[in-house]
Amino acid sequence: MTDGRQPATAQMAQQAAAKPPAPLVQMSHVHLSFGEKCILTDLNLSVAPRERLVIMGQSGGGKSTTLRLILGILHPSSGSVKFKGDEVTRMSRQTLNLMRQRVGMVYQYSALISSLSVRENLALPLEELTTKSKKEIDEIVMEKLSMVGMEETLNYMPAELSGGMKKRIGLARALVLDPELILFDEPSAGLDPVVSSVIDELIIALTDKTGATSVIVTHEMDSAFRIATRMAMLYQGKIIEEDLPERFRSSDDPVVAQFVAGRTQGPISTSLNI
Amino acid sequence: MRGRPAFRLSAFFHETDRAGVGSLPLVSLVSFFLGLTMALLTGYQLRTFGTERLVPGLVAVGFTRELGPLLTGIMLAARIGAAYTAELGTMTVAEEVEAIEAMGIGPLRFLVSPKVVAVVLLTPCLVVVANIAALIGGMIISRWQLDISPSYFMQLVNEALLNRDIIAGIVKSLLFGLIISLVSCYKGLTVTGGAAGVGTATTSSVVTAITVVIGVDTLANIILVALYD
Repeated sequence: MTDGRQPATAQMAQQAAAKPPAPLVQMSHVHLSFGEKCILTDLNLSVAPRERLVIMGQSGGGKSTTLRLILGILHPSSGSVKFKGDEVTRMSRQTLNLMRQRVGMVYQYSALISSLSVRENLALPLEELTTKSKKEIDEIVMEKLSMVGMEETLNYMPAELSGGMKKRIGLARALVLDPELILFDEPSAGLDPVVSSVIDELIIALTDKTGATSVIVTHEMDSAFRIATRMAMLYQGKIIEEDLPERFRSSDDPVVAQFVAGRTQGPISTSLNI
Repeated sequence: MRGRPAFRLSAFFHETDRAGVGSLPLVSLVSFFLGLTMALLTGYQLRTFGTERLVPGLVAVGFTRELGPLLTGIMLAARIGAAYTAELGTMTVAEEVEAIEAMGIGPLRFLVSPKVVAVVLLTPCLVVVANIAALIGGMIISRWQLDISPSYFMQLVNEALLNRDIIAGIVKSLLFGLIISLVSCYKGLTVTGGAAGVGTATTSSVVTAITVVIGVDTLANIILVALYD
């Protein structure tokens, strides 16, 4: 290396350091309609690596749909959904399946396969998608179960588990392939406050430990502020505000302010005639 | 992943046990009683013309070519088709199918292939069992009512039954297995509307499968008659 090239290299390194990391997920101008019902209108959202982005919004407002668009389970009517720069909407079935192996999904009602035991539920992606031996699979299953504190449920059937236990097993299943991105659909819905806090703490601890990025969809404010490193408000099919949690709390936007405070009076229609 | 089998062997054997072994008592019992009734009623009529020795051939050809595959198809549509639609429908409603898809595992390979292959391969086996059960029923009635000994019954069956009757029955049963499994899995995977949707889809699956089986049976009979006769 010559002396003359050193300043240029140093400048490039400086520029690279200053440049924000490329987004893991980038959604641009996404529209989605089911028949005449418009779910998303011009949705723009980016998810940076290692962040915990909480998407808030009304029930039926398109939050879960957004997660399904990221996974390629739904396709937008128009617009672009990119995962690590690759267009999800144009992926072949094989490429899409490879992409999905890098993304874990935790469902609102866990979606554990009811005919399989906890061990079989966790082992399924490993058996189907990797060439690992039974011994290695068993080790990974136990490791992930211990991460969520559920080792004793190894041979239980999903019907024998409580709602909170199912959520934790669902989280363990999402972790078995060591995903880069974990999507959470209403992780604390239907749980009592204590179990809800346990799930929130688990999400924080596990994403910190694994270095995974997470997108959490919820309309439970306590959970949202506890988990988020960044927040986004989805209203009438588009993201109306994205910011840090502390700034979100004192937002000037009347929709965000009403939603965060949980008030009935405001621009969000409640259709109540009390 | 390359080089993976089209379905999980363990799932295939599970479905084989469920669709095949599990259906054995129903299929054999119903066929036994129908073979018995068929021999009784036709023997009763044919005896007036002194042609009761035609009964074994009638039962054998009737069951091997037509009633065996058709009755087995209807019983499988009601028993296994309904079970598959209800199972897959419930999994769809509970987002289990979507979770499998979200993991990058093909739901068709994991959920549908073992069921389709098991039912297609097991239907001809069940038809053979149904035919044997019907012949035993016919043989008992022939011995008891028509004074036809079992050995003479079998001799008359051998004389009446042609290879093409057996082949026609097997080909039809393969088709029926394919129809029942595909219809039931499709109806299950396309359920919408929660628990009520599962109920509606299950009813629709059984009705559709039975109607299509009878329609295809008629079409196959027309083609086979045109080919052979």
